[in-house]
Amino acid sequence: MTTASLIATATPGKRPRTARLVRSRTALVLGLVALLGVLVFVAVSSIAFGAANITLATVLQAVFNFDAASTQHVIIRTLRVPRAAVAVVVGAALAVAGAVMQGWTRNPMADTGILGIETGAALGVVSAVFFLKIASLPMYALFAFVGATVTAAAVFGLGSLGRGGPTPLKLTIAGAGLSALLASLTTGMLIFKQRTLEEVRFWLAGSVAGRDINLLYQALPYLVIGLVIALALGRQITTLSLGEDVAMGLGQSTGWVKGLCALAVVMLAGASVAVAGPIGFVGLVIPHMVRFAIGVDYRWVLPYSALTGAIFLLLCDVVARLLARPAEMPVGIMTALIGGPFFVWLVRWRAKR
Amino acid sequence: MDTPHSLPLPPLQKPWLTLRTRVLSVRLDRRVPLLILITVLATLVVMVINIGVGEYPIAPLDVVKTLLRVGDYNKDYDLIVNTLRLPRMLVAALVGLALGMSGGIMQGLTRNPLASPDIMGISAGAGLVAVALIVSFKSVPASLIPFAAFGGAGIVALLIYVLAWRKGDSPIRMVLIGIGLAAIATAGTNFFITFGDVFDVQRALVWLTGSLYGRSWTELNALLPWLVVFVPMALVLARHLDVLNLGEDIAVSLGSRVALQRALLILTSVALAGASVAAAGTIGFVGLMAPHIARRLVGVQHEGLLPISGVLGGFIMVAADLVGRTIFAPIELPVGLVVAFIGAPFFVYLLVQSNNK
Repeated sequence: MTTASLIATATPGKRPRTARLVRSRTALVLGLVALLGVLVFVAVSSIAFGAANITLATVLQAVFNFDAASTQHVIIRTLRVPRAAVAVVVGAALAVAGAVMQGWTRNPMADTGILGIETGAALGVVSAVFFLKIASLPMYALFAFVGATVTAAAVFGLGSLGRGGPTPLKLTIAGAGLSALLASLTTGMLIFKQRTLEEVRFWLAGSVAGRDINLLYQALPYLVIGLVIALALGRQITTLSLGEDVAMGLGQSTGWVKGLCALAVVMLAGASVAVAGPIGFVGLVIPHMVRFAIGVDYRWVLPYSALTGAIFLLLCDVVARLLARPAEMPVGIMTALIGGPFFVWLVRWRAKR
Repeated sequence: MDTPHSLPLPPLQKPWLTLRTRVLSVRLDRRVPLLILITVLATLVVMVINIGVGEYPIAPLDVVKTLLRVGDYNKDYDLIVNTLRLPRMLVAALVGLALGMSGGIMQGLTRNPLASPDIMGISAGAGLVAVALIVSFKSVPASLIPFAAFGGAGIVALLIYVLAWRKGDSPIRMVLIGIGLAAIATAGTNFFITFGDVFDVQRALVWLTGSLYGRSWTELNALLPWLVVFVPMALVLARHLDVLNLGEDIAVSLGSRVALQRALLILTSVALAGASVAAAGTIGFVGLMAPHIARRLVGVQHEGLLPISGVLGGFIMVAADLVGRTIFAPIELPVGLVVAFIGAPFFVYLLVQSNNK
C-alpha cells in the first residue's frame, strides 16, 4: 500500500508514448487552429441560444453594428456576450490551472475544486457579506481571491509535509479535510442570516450568468498574468513532471519553477472563482483529455487545455440552460455532475493499490 | 508515509483482562473499564449541567432529583427536564457514541488516520437525499427524514465499496473514491439549495450543519433500534479489525475471511453513521477525533479502542452542545458548528503529524 506505487502508476509523465494521437508539429499547430475555430463557433451559438431566440445574423450585427434601439441587440450586448466571455475566460483559466497543478505535483487528481481552493474562495465571499455587509460583485472578487490564496497555501503546505513531498493521497486528503471545515464555517454563517443566504447562494453554486462585464475586466489582469506565466513555463513543467530529481539533474532550479507555478495557479484559480464562483472539475477533466490526445509535452498541453477548457465550460453552460428551462442550472453543478464520475473513474483505473 | 497509519505491536507483558466463553472471547487492556467508567461519569455530569442551563435555569441538584423523580422535586421542572431537555441530551450522547464507533471502524478498516464518515462522503450522501426530500416536498414529516438519510448513506457506502473493488479492495482507493462521491453529492445538494424556496433551504441548511435543536423522544426512539443492533455488532467485530490491520496477506493466512469481515464492518460503520446523521444531521469531526483520543488512551487494540472511542464521542457531543447553548445565549449555535471549530485544528494537527512520520 505504498503511496510511491500510487504515484508511479498514476503519474501523467509515465504515460506510454503510444497513447499520443497527434505527433507532428504541423499537426499540433493545425489542431490548435481547429480548436480555436470550434471555440468561436460554440461561443457564437452560446450567444444566440437562450430564452429569447436570436439568429446568428443578429448576433453578428449586434457585435459589429450595434443598434441601441433594438431589444435583441441590448440583450446580446449586456447579457449574452458577457456571459460567453466569462465562460471562455474562466474555462481556460481553470483548465490551465489544473494542468499546471497536475504537471507540477505529478498528481493526476489535482484540481482547484478537489483541493479545496474554491471552497476557500467561497468562504471569503460569504464572510465578506456576513461581517462587512458587502453586496457588490467587485468586492466579492477581492475576497474570493484572498480566500483562494490562503487556502491554496494551507493545502499545499499541509500536503507537502513529510517524506515524499506532496503525494496525491496527502494533497487530496488535505484538500478534502480543509474544505470540509471551510464548508461548515460557510454553512454556519448562512444559517445565521437569511439575507446573506439569499444574496450569495446562486454565486456559491458557481455560475457564469448575470456577471457584470466590469467584473471580468477587473479580474482580467490577474488572469492574463497567470496565463502568461503558465504558458511560458511549459518547458519547465514538462521537465518537472518527470520528477523533481530528474529536473534537478537536468539543471533546473526547481524551487523557482515551483514558486512560479504556485503563483500562476493562485492567480488563475482565485480570479476565476472571483468572477464565476466555485466551478469544480474543469481543471481535473480537461488536462487528462488533452494529454490523452497530444501527449505529455506541456508546451502544447497548456494552450490546448486553455482552448478545450473554454469550449467545455461554454458547452456545460449551454446544457445547463437546456436542462432546467426556463430556469437555469448553475454551471458549477453541471461540471461537478460530469467531472465527479470522471474523478471516480480516474481513481478506479489509475490508483492500482 | 509508507503505511499511513502504522500500528506498533503492543508489548507482550502488558496486563490484559481476558474473558472466554464458548462462543466469544474478549481480551481487553486493563485500563479500558476504568476509562469507560470515568468518561461515562464525566458525560453524565456535563449532561446534568447542560440540562440545568437555559432560559429557565435549574440547579444541578434539582435536575438530578427531577431526573430520578426522588424526594421533593418540583413538578414544574418535570416538563422542562424530562420532556424538553433530557431527550436532547440523550440524542447528543448517543449520536456521539455512534459517530465515535463508526469513525473508529472506518479508520481501522482504511488504515488511514484521516478517514471518517464526513470526509468519505457518507454524511454527504445522507445530506443529499434528506435535502432533496425537504426541498422537493413542502410538508415532509420530520419522521421520514431519518430513513432518507440512512438510505443516502447506505447508497454512498455501497458505491464506495463497489467502485473501489478491483480484484480485491484497497483502502486508498476507498478513501479517494469516497472523496469523489462526496463532491458529486455536494453538487447535488447545491442544486437543491439553489432552486428551493428560501425558507425550505434555510431549514435544510440547519439540518445539514448538524443541530440538536428540538430533538425529542421521537428522534431518540428512532435512533435506539439502530444502536441496539449495531453497537454490540461493532464490539463483536472489533477483534477482526486487529487481524485485518496486519495486512490482507497475513490476515488471509491467519484464516480470516477478509472480504466477509470487511463487508460486515463497513455495514456496521455505515449503519451507525447513517443513524446518527438521521437523528442530528451531518456532524463532522466527531468520528475523526474520538478514535484518535481513544488510541492515545488505550492503544491500538480495537476491542478496547471502539468502546472508548464511542463514549468519548458521546462526551464530545454533550460538551459541544453545552458550549453551543451557552456561549452566545440566547442565540444557539448548532452543535455541528461547535464541533467543527474544535475539530478543525485537530484535523490540521493530525495531518501535520501523520505527514511528518
